[in-house]
Amino acid sequence: MIREYQTVTSIAGPLMLVAGVEGIKYQELVQITLASGEVRRGQVLEVEGDKALVQVFEGATGIAVPTVKIRFMGRGITIDLSPEILGRVFGGLGRPRDGGPAIIPDRRVDVNGAPINPYAREYPNEFIQTGVSPIDGLNTLVRGQKLPIFSGSGLPHNRLAAQIVRQARVLGTNEPFAVVFGAMGITFEEAEFFIRDFTQSGAIERTVLFLNLANEPAIERIATPRAALTAAEYLAFDLGMHVLVILTDMTNYCEALREVSAARKEIPGRRGFPGYLYTDLSSIYERCGRIRGRKGSITMMPVLTMPEDDKTHPIPDLTGYITEGQIILSRAMHRRKIAPPVDVLPSLSRLKDKGIGKDKTREDHADLFNQLYACYARGKEAEELEIILGEAALTDADKLYLRFARDFEEQYIAQGEQENRTIEQTLDLGWKLLAIFPRGELKRVRDAYLDKYWHPAAK
Amino acid sequence: MSESQGTIIKVSGPLVVAEGIAGARMYDVVKVSEKRLVGEIIELEGDRASIQVYEETGGVGPGEPVFPTFEPLSVELGPGLIESIYDGIQRPLDVIQKQVGDFISRGVEAPPLDRSRKWAFTPLRKPGDQVEPGDVVGEVQETVLVRHRIMLPPGMSGEIVRIGPGEFTVDEPIAVLKTPEGEQPLKMAQRWPVRRARPYRRKLQPDQPLVTGQRVVDTFFPIAKGGTAAVPGPFGSGKTVIQHQFAKWSDAEIIIFVGCGERGNEMTDVLLEFPHLVDPKSGEPLMKRTVLVANTSNMPVAAREASIYTGITLAEYYRDMGYSVALQADSTSRWAEAMREISGRLEEMPGEEGYPAYLATRVAEFYERAGHVVCLGRTPDGKEQQGAVSVVGSVSPPGGDLNDPVVQATLRVVKVFWSLEDRLAFQRHFPAISWLNSYSLYSDVLRESFDRQATPEFMKDAAAAMQLLEKEAELEEIVRLVGKDTLSAQDRLVLEVARSIREDFLHQNAFHEVDTYASLPKQAAMLSAILRFYEISRAALARGVEVGAIEEAAVRDRIARMKYLTEDEAATAIAQTCADGEKELAAMEAR
Repeated sequence: MIREYQTVTSIAGPLMLVAGVEGIKYQELVQITLASGEVRRGQVLEVEGDKALVQVFEGATGIAVPTVKIRFMGRGITIDLSPEILGRVFGGLGRPRDGGPAIIPDRRVDVNGAPINPYAREYPNEFIQTGVSPIDGLNTLVRGQKLPIFSGSGLPHNRLAAQIVRQARVLGTNEPFAVVFGAMGITFEEAEFFIRDFTQSGAIERTVLFLNLANEPAIERIATPRAALTAAEYLAFDLGMHVLVILTDMTNYCEALREVSAARKEIPGRRGFPGYLYTDLSSIYERCGRIRGRKGSITMMPVLTMPEDDKTHPIPDLTGYITEGQIILSRAMHRRKIAPPVDVLPSLSRLKDKGIGKDKTREDHADLFNQLYACYARGKEAEELEIILGEAALTDADKLYLRFARDFEEQYIAQGEQENRTIEQTLDLGWKLLAIFPRGELKRVRDAYLDKYWHPAAK
Repeated sequence: MSESQGTIIKVSGPLVVAEGIAGARMYDVVKVSEKRLVGEIIELEGDRASIQVYEETGGVGPGEPVFPTFEPLSVELGPGLIESIYDGIQRPLDVIQKQVGDFISRGVEAPPLDRSRKWAFTPLRKPGDQVEPGDVVGEVQETVLVRHRIMLPPGMSGEIVRIGPGEFTVDEPIAVLKTPEGEQPLKMAQRWPVRRARPYRRKLQPDQPLVTGQRVVDTFFPIAKGGTAAVPGPFGSGKTVIQHQFAKWSDAEIIIFVGCGERGNEMTDVLLEFPHLVDPKSGEPLMKRTVLVANTSNMPVAAREASIYTGITLAEYYRDMGYSVALQADSTSRWAEAMREISGRLEEMPGEEGYPAYLATRVAEFYERAGHVVCLGRTPDGKEQQGAVSVVGSVSPPGGDLNDPVVQATLRVVKVFWSLEDRLAFQRHFPAISWLNSYSLYSDVLRESFDRQATPEFMKDAAAAMQLLEKEAELEEIVRLVGKDTLSAQDRLVLEVARSIREDFLHQNAFHEVDTYASLPKQAAMLSAILRFYEISRAALARGVEVGAIEEAAVRDRIARMKYLTEDEAATAIAQTCADGEKELAAMEAR
């Protein structure tokens, strides 16, 4: 059922009101033809009686009320999928933008997807070695996890994301894996950085890119992560691949959502973001995971820049409530040339506990990271004390912890972009750094592991 | 086309407006469009009904039909609830997976209770008995841990004409009653509207502790059976782990776990872990006493709003059998947000932060459904019986800010407040419950029970330990200003002992096979050992022993490892530690 109308009554921001329509469905895809012949796409946001409210993805610039033609497509936004999508570059709505041929679809799928039945999920517990110590050792990533990078403007989050794509592997397996990259409102240079890095490492062959750049319509961004995840679901659950999804930058996505909400004159929540931001974000983040009895998996690393580096801003705040942890980058550490500048204390991986230990990483992993955390936290407290009162005010124990914190940052965290550490190297380095403490201070570790792995420094 | 059927005139997200539904009443369930999506009427204006739809509404449009069911949103109650996993409107997720696959498609219908399963019914009443609403007439062994008592539904009474025994499905009559309206069959399954509290005879003051095995909770901020508690905290502070710990180890007889708008993987964790975890009292898998309600964040928002009510109704039903039930709601903020979202679509005038003005009322109504009660019905031998519903709700305020309207509305009604701090979480001090900001209003009423279940000194020791922690906070202020060197030897000892209370007692590792649960006697012994060490150290200080020497006493290492002692070895080993410590410190000489 296809119906065409020429009855637009008003346009406000990205929204268009079409009157006199019949049989229109909520969330239906719309094709908009301008007088010049240009074609844009939109989606039905609300239908009431014979009026439909349409959101125009490419923006309403140049649309004239009397001449524009609206065609309702009788279906939601879909993308075409086949194994051929690997290595291709698509636009924010899922149309090829690399000059290559259109995809001959195996399947045509609605980008909104359907929620995974919680009963069908498999708990993520397979360790992914990223080769980055502060992640592997302290905030372990597992297959099927969503672990965002909380960053700030000017911090090297893209470099960290690229390093993870280069290095990530599951130990002892050689299963097919793919990368799906969704870019929302990033600059041409940033997009080029990723494409170049993927090309150099050879990852480009098994990567699908969905690009909506900074100069492209903001409203289109609302569909971009959904298109990317629909492709990821196809690769993972239909083709049985292990998919790593990188979405950057979620802040731009949320701002696009706010734009539509404001245009609809909805009651705003915090900082003008719509009250349903949590629900909306979860419909993106929760699409990752594993399913019992299916081979593939979706692991997600969304990147977001925190406005003013503020973790309590609604975007990082609501993201943190949905994702399974977060990797936080610190400006202070970046200034001190620590790369990657991972702020270890507030970073967290919620799923690490089942992904580490005997047969996964090593038996001592859990106790060791608890101990490293506790010591580092105490060292940072001593550091604060030193700033206020001077070194003289510190007890001997405080000085020891302070020394540990410095060593830890310089040796453990600051590994640089090119180093790819195995998990054994990461763990052994942790034990080496703990050598300066007397045994009695290492309360978080079982005796057996102290005996086996810990070697006190010579006095 | 039936006459009662209505027509859709507007679709906006989960809100659908329809007109012409004959006999529409507030909160009646309707089926929307030919897809038969489940919805509930939440506003009536003239001929128009606003409907919140529990499923995605994409592809629905004006002109499509709405079918009334003439029944409010209800749950089905009967044997087979335990070990189930339901979505927010009690659709069994395992059955749905078999029907439609790994992704939840729309318009799926499945009966909450298995229609084909036969249950062995044992009558506990005989023909000729006069029975009233809520009275227990028989029972079914639902799982190894749960005897499911079959009760008369509220509103039904009469004389038993015929009754079991035998094997029955939930739909078959197990008895026939002679009522004023004639003979009526009694089935095991009954229905109850979720938004109405199930009746009871009267409420009682809670006086029994809900022992959770979590030291900071049981010792400092205990919750009573039938009590209410809130766990607010920023993300990453460990709310969910605490909720899981309660669900695993608390000594309630039935656990209802509501995952309300939270992560899918967390529900999977519960589903996979609980069948393998063993109840410390019975030795049976914990799943045998658990019902899960899982409406994850990406499942429809309106069903999330309903999930809290579905959970508490299930809890009340088991309470009516005389059980002590614990309901864990994670997280009530997501429930409040669902209310806000629906309210926004209805274009209601918002209260604080865009939440509806009735937020506080709804929160209070929900927590008030908890309680220690005398049940409506009597046991087969005609006695009154007591049941309890305890509610623990986690709250996820934006940025961890306790000024959030949901936190404030919750704190006005709950009696226990466990304040989670991210500062503690960063230090990996878990559970990250702040000992300075949290409170429990049950400590006094539970004193007697603790004297019996732990030791007579337990409450006194807890108070002494709390005093040391408060003193530590004061001293830390001083240290921050002028450094540690200015402190007296006594004060330095206080700092050391307070650190020991924090690290060796309050810190508890949920993922350590032994440390994850500590019985009351073990908690009492551990705390008493630390305080005993404080006492003998003070005596040593008085003799002139240097504080540095005490800090390095060998016994302190053993105190630090008490938490890893199994329940069997704890009592003797801790007593031995105390004795050895006394010897060690007595042997220390003055400088």
